[in-house]
Amino acid sequence: MTAHGVAIHLENCGKTFANGARALEPTTIDIARGETVVFLGPSGCGKTTMLRIIAGLETPDAGGRVRFGDEDVTDTPIERRNVGMVFQSYALFPNMNVAENIGYGLKIRGIGAAERAQRVAELVTLTGIEGLETRSIDQLSGGQRQRVALARAVAIRPRVLLLDEPLTALDALLRERLRSELNSLLRALGITSVYVTHDQAEAMTLGDRIVVMRKGAIAQIGSPRDIYFAPANRYVAEFVGAANVVEAECRDGALILPGGSLPVAHATPGRAVAMVRPESWSIVPATAATLTGRVETVIFVGDRLRVTIAGAADRPLLVDAPNGLAVAPGQTVGLTVPPGAVRLLAGEAA
Amino acid sequence: MVVAFFLLPMARLIVTGASGPSGIAAYAAILVEPRYRATLINTVVLATATTAAALVVSTIAALFLQRHRFPGRSLLIALLTFPLALPGVVIGFLIILLAGRQGLIGDVTAFAFGEKWVFAYSMQGLFLGYLYFSIPRVILTVMAAVEKLDPALEEAARTLGAQPWAVHRDVILPALMPAFIASGAIAFATAMGAFGTAFTLATNVNVLPMLIYTEFTLSANIAMAAALSVGLGLVTWAALALARSAGGTVAAAG
Amino acid sequence: MTEMRRPLGPIIRRPHVLRARLLFAAQLVFTLLLAAFLIVPAGLSMLAGVTENYFIGVRSGLTLRWLAQVWELYADTILRSFVIAIATLVVTIVIGLPAAYALHRRGDRVARLVEEIITLPLAIPGLAIALALLLSYGNFSDFRRSWLFILVGHVIFTLPFMVRSIMAVLAAVNINLLDEGAASLGASPWQRFRDVIVPNVKPGLLAGSLMVVTLSLGEFNLTWMLHTPLTKTLPVGLADSYASMRLEVASAYTLVFFIMIIPLLVAMQFMAGRGGLTGGRR
Ligand SMILES: Nc1ncnc2c1ncn2[C@@H]1O[C@H](COP(=O)(O)OP(=O)(O)OP(=O)(O)O)[C@@H](O)[C@H]1O
Ligand SMILES: [Mg+2]
Repeated sequence: MTAHGVAIHLENCGKTFANGARALEPTTIDIARGETVVFLGPSGCGKTTMLRIIAGLETPDAGGRVRFGDEDVTDTPIERRNVGMVFQSYALFPNMNVAENIGYGLKIRGIGAAERAQRVAELVTLTGIEGLETRSIDQLSGGQRQRVALARAVAIRPRVLLLDEPLTALDALLRERLRSELNSLLRALGITSVYVTHDQAEAMTLGDRIVVMRKGAIAQIGSPRDIYFAPANRYVAEFVGAANVVEAECRDGALILPGGSLPVAHATPGRAVAMVRPESWSIVPATAATLTGRVETVIFVGDRLRVTIAGAADRPLLVDAPNGLAVAPGQTVGLTVPPGAVRLLAGEAA
Repeated sequence: MVVAFFLLPMARLIVTGASGPSGIAAYAAILVEPRYRATLINTVVLATATTAAALVVSTIAALFLQRHRFPGRSLLIALLTFPLALPGVVIGFLIILLAGRQGLIGDVTAFAFGEKWVFAYSMQGLFLGYLYFSIPRVILTVMAAVEKLDPALEEAARTLGAQPWAVHRDVILPALMPAFIASGAIAFATAMGAFGTAFTLATNVNVLPMLIYTEFTLSANIAMAAALSVGLGLVTWAALALARSAGGTVAAAG
Repeated sequence: MTEMRRPLGPIIRRPHVLRARLLFAAQLVFTLLLAAFLIVPAGLSMLAGVTENYFIGVRSGLTLRWLAQVWELYADTILRSFVIAIATLVVTIVIGLPAAYALHRRGDRVARLVEEIITLPLAIPGLAIALALLLSYGNFSDFRRSWLFILVGHVIFTLPFMVRSIMAVLAAVNINLLDEGAASLGASPWQRFRDVIVPNVKPGLLAGSLMVVTLSLGEFNLTWMLHTPLTKTLPVGLADSYASMRLEVASAYTLVFFIMIIPLLVAMQFMAGRGGLTGGRR
């Protein structure tokens, strides 16, 4: 299958509910044709609301427009938008069996039984639920339901595929497996997809771009790499992955910390807030670094050691070290980072 | 539709209640006029007694039925809840068969004590009839509440050393209180408004629905009948509002 | 007695085994007596309906004579009750289903108010409703004289049961979500109603229908006030027979009523059993 679908343009789409709750600040965002965009944020930040505006299940506040390609769909009801939607709790129809669920959208479109059956069979294979066609919904496991929901949404060849936390209801192992399956499926379909989640690993795996949300507004838009390595602010840095955020005086191209100094590229003198990912640090002998600290705890987590180091900065630093490294609590060690791994966060100094 | 056939007539009823020779005072007469007041008191006493009795017997049965599994249990539950939708007239007749002149109780007592007990047409007969239709309603609600009780509550009380009777007094019965209020209020409202049973037993005890009926048909005192109905409606409505605030769902039909 | 204990049951410690047994037996006897109180009179009435002479007892022999007499005297009331019950059912479905759906969908203050009004007749004695109807429409003599007058009363009285039972199911199956799911697949509001809403509401519709028919067949309080000599229903006829017929005929008539209503009650029990005791859980 080749890339299909349409670009999505949201212009000034905000949402205030009847009870006065402001779920979404006016937001503008463009999603390219064939792109997968993931909305990522904590519970209640407005992700579902955003998705429902795109779907046509909510209307944006006055002034907001939703366009699919060149077509303004703001006033088009969901049933005429041709969007596929996978609901968080799947919304499978209990009065229909698996095949009937998958074929329902096709039936609505007046597609004949033979063609419908063929398409359903195609999707059953694609989503790996062979043999379940005549099962009723309450005889399915969570993972199977998820696949049926996906097959049903995709069956109608939608212009846009919308997924609201489709994996949240599943256990961790299954979630991981389905995540990669979903990834290859989305790539194969090449359809414009909007995916909502609060799980950063899901966002990283699936998103061409990630939109990090905070309290109804966009905190940052960027590729998974941008978001991870170049967070726009402290909120994004701390929400996505583990981060050491330190606040210090910057002088002579280095941060002045309690345990020594840490060189920074492109530093301007004054108060600064900087972020270093735990895996960027290297633990070296105390004599080989300008920054030293005392090892506080060493936790073995399998593929690596998670070490906390006190006395180096204003708060303990998290450091990921190779699992063969010989460090012990109480030891004084040096810390180095490659140039560029210290990320200054703008406008965050207190 | 609902407006035309329900709201407007109800409004009309309220207005009519105040349209008699004594005007709005008709409403006050319910409480002041000795005959009406006596009837009101009779009805309230009867409904209260029914409610209390139904709560006690139903709770014993409900606790028993929810705690034990034995063959025939579901049949027993079915038997205990079957009169739920029986009309009051039929229940009245069943009471006649039980305690009337040719009744079972009369036969049994005549055999046992040489004296025939006939009380279908008295306050006791009415009480028995009201109890008959109250039991299913109360049992259903209380059984549902018992089923939802968190077993951990009782277990916790046990670990703290409470004996079974203390567990009941301090934990189980208080936890069932909302169900008691809900089903009690429903039983009370139903008993207050029960017409069919009283009509069949045509007793010498006057209850409010019978009074309304006789005022309307025999005395053609339409205004008073309307005023009394409004009063009765308010009482049952208030009782059911109480039931609903306590989470009751079984309706007061019949 | 094979008895299994649920978590709530008293924990048996050795010295208490006997006491627990006794307690169980006492409660069982109590519950059985209670059931007997409800069932024995019903059994008596059925028996009396086929007994030659109830005063003498079953010894006098069994007969279908009384039933035949009931049919002769009251056949019209029986048929009329059926007609009214079916008509009531049709009207409550036609009004109740869309109303319940609309109320569930909107869920705002207006919807709650409308729901209150629709369910208000539950809280008001039938006698009062009947009086209100008589006062308002008693003068429209053609209407007053037709069975449609009774139908109106029955619809007002039973509609709340239909609406409630449908709304309970609507809430339980999260119908809004299913509706959105169907909409996302391109189904129009009508298609959604037909393909998703109605099939999923069926259990509630069925339960509501059973309730409506049962209540309508047995309705007396309203009907007694609303009926005319030409529009008697079964319960009205029953009251008549209780007052003026010999016990055997009254019993036979009651037996006919039981025969009509018991299958409905059994079906209701069955439905309730499938939906959990209170019908709330799945
Ligand atoms: N129908 C509604 N009426 C009023 N407020 C609403 C409604 N729907 C959502 N909200 C509020 O809007 C805010 C955003 O809700 P939304 O469902 O978009 O969050 P979310 O990011 O999807 O959260 P989650 O991860 O928990 O699903 C929340 O504060 C929520 O309480
Ligand atoms: Mg959400």
